[in-house]
Amino acid sequence: MKTFAMGGVHPHDNKISTEAVIEQMPLPEKVVVLMNQHLGAPATPVVAKGDKVKVGQLIGEAQAFMCANVHSPVSGTVTKIDTCKDPFGLAKPAIYIDVEGDEWMESIDRTPDIKRECNLEPKEIVAKLKEMGIVGLGGATFPAHIKYSVPDGKKAEYLIINAVECEPYLTSDHRVMLEHAEEICIGISILRKALGVPCAYIGIENNKPEPIRVMREMAAKFQGIEVVPLKLKYPQGAEKQLINAVTGRKVPSGKLPIDVGCVVSNVGTTFAVYEAIQKNKPLIENILTVTGKKLPSQHNYQVRIGITYNDIIKHSIGELPENTGKVISGGPMMGKAVCNLDAPTTKGASSVLVFDESEACRNTETNCIRCGKCMNACPMGLEPYLFSSLVKNGRFEEAGKNNILDCIECGCCFFSCPANKPLTDEIRLGKNKYRGILAAKQKR
Amino acid sequence: MTTQILLAVAVLGILGIVFAVVLYFVAQKFKVVEDPLIDEIAEVLPGANCGGCGKAGCRALAEAFVKQGNMEGLKCPAGGNAVMEKVAALLGQTAEASEPQVAVVRCAACFTGERRQVRYDGLKDCSFAGSLYMGENGCAFGCLGLGNCAAACQFDALSMDPVTGAPLVDEEKCTACGACVKACPRGIIELRNKGRKNRRVYVNCVNKEKGAMARKTCDNACIGCGKCAKVCPKEAIKIENNLAYVDYTVCIACGKCVNECPTGAMVAENFTPVKPKPAEELNAPKATITESVAPMAEKVELNNNLPHTN
Repeated sequence: MKTFAMGGVHPHDNKISTEAVIEQMPLPEKVVVLMNQHLGAPATPVVAKGDKVKVGQLIGEAQAFMCANVHSPVSGTVTKIDTCKDPFGLAKPAIYIDVEGDEWMESIDRTPDIKRECNLEPKEIVAKLKEMGIVGLGGATFPAHIKYSVPDGKKAEYLIINAVECEPYLTSDHRVMLEHAEEICIGISILRKALGVPCAYIGIENNKPEPIRVMREMAAKFQGIEVVPLKLKYPQGAEKQLINAVTGRKVPSGKLPIDVGCVVSNVGTTFAVYEAIQKNKPLIENILTVTGKKLPSQHNYQVRIGITYNDIIKHSIGELPENTGKVISGGPMMGKAVCNLDAPTTKGASSVLVFDESEACRNTETNCIRCGKCMNACPMGLEPYLFSSLVKNGRFEEAGKNNILDCIECGCCFFSCPANKPLTDEIRLGKNKYRGILAAKQKR
Repeated sequence: MTTQILLAVAVLGILGIVFAVVLYFVAQKFKVVEDPLIDEIAEVLPGANCGGCGKAGCRALAEAFVKQGNMEGLKCPAGGNAVMEKVAALLGQTAEASEPQVAVVRCAACFTGERRQVRYDGLKDCSFAGSLYMGENGCAFGCLGLGNCAAACQFDALSMDPVTGAPLVDEEKCTACGACVKACPRGIIELRNKGRKNRRVYVNCVNKEKGAMARKTCDNACIGCGKCAKVCPKEAIKIENNLAYVDYTVCIACGKCVNECPTGAMVAENFTPVKPKPAEELNAPKATITESVAPMAEKVELNNNLPHTN
């Protein structure tokens, strides 16, 4: 069975919410829609206070190059256009909407029928992806229309669908594959057409035997879609590692996947693509896992964007257990702890993971014993212990020369460190500082 | 046996002489001529290599002084006027006296009790924490309390208050080198003129949120109400982005604004506290107060519960 060549670790996968069928999260009274739900510049609001909006109506328009449209997830009245604190307490531009009923735009097809035919030209597909505000749902929220506009002089050879879900605990992709296999395959065919590639591979780790079986059966009915089971290893879901695992190619330092002829798309994104292209439904919902070992129940929800973390917790488990240590958005390896539960969820939110005190706290840091475990664990072949000491001494340029920017912040080094050194934190700091130095140099 | 020893001594001795001659000529050939003035100036400078002057260290500054020949644009902020006079004497110039300054932490941060909203256990570095989230006390503008400033201080003048967790400036030790100003990722620390009798008035907040939001975040926040600007006799206070700023070059430290501030964000440092007056004195003519040395200052209350008052 295939896997990527270098580094990696084996955290316990803790997929305890795989049996929970995707439920629909009820609408709250109010939602707050952040204007930067994606990588890049925030969208510009195109509604005013007092406007009536419908579900799926455009409320934030992408005006910059690196930007995505934002649509209203509910119907109701716009009450305020202001800033709102995001899950990390930082103020971001947002639109406040009071929910009234659930009236959808007429153009959106809400029937459960599956629409299989797609007659759009590749360029039209990309334009529609842009219009519908599709972003990558794997975590980076990269605007899809940019990813599928292959730059001149480059050619995509493979479309790789990322159904690895290597982060422990998360099961949203797992459930989507079980419940919407056909839609996903139609979405893949659409993306394949947009890129003009002959073959698409779906990479799934072997801890998900059921989705592998379901997707294999479904893929057999479609042309040019192949399921590739992968050996369990974190971070297989990282773009460069997945390319290496599936095709054996290596993305060189500082290059993009398209430079080796690959385009990687998350399986959740393909479902969103299907809904956008075939059903005219903009990206206003995503699938989110509510999980945690100490929680009374495990859930997978289809959640409209703009619903707050508190609403989700209230609906799913009532209230947080008393000794809750952390609420994490995303997986335990790369996710970020949410410090403002009144904040709304965004397009990229994939989970609400609740850890109690004992699971959440870090162990005491001790001195580096030069065991080299971090080096063996690093999937990018970097030297985390070296960055640690360079960053501590403020030698950011030297860290840059040692390719600190190649770090994908997967957390393998921190996970493997027997001295509990916050290596990933230090590398992130070093990356920020080195990017600052590069930007200053460019200005000059 | 003896001949062997003598032979060894002779060989080594001759080799020594040969190398000495070679080294002598090499030293003559590659001699570096350095102005002795550089050493003299470097001797006068504090020698902390704090980088406050913008040079790589004290010796680099001394070299710059000698290269330039005058004192224009070069200054040792850590040494202050005393050192600059000595340097001027060595260079045969006159030093322009500048106002002594001190680092001021413009945030009433407190990381204990009710103010603390979340607990952070990541890397103890302000610029890293600041790129992740708001901060332990919920303010996205204020102090993060992880001590980058204290680590940057070469003069032991900045320390983290063990009770509140906020930075504390020791006025006596602070040389206004500016290392902490550069180290703070949120730009809270500012160098301000020490002022007459060390009396300073400043806004102890950098929160640019709208009034209600700022107040929700912190009891001490400046809400940009503008009351201080209205009472200021010198127009030293500007309100920008919901935040007041006292221009220390204009401020006369009269202290009127401090009494006006509804949130306590305006701070008067080193003012004598008002003693509670007996009832009959309140009715006394005001003339008695104006006769005192610093009339307005008498009215100012010292805000003792703030972390920065020394």
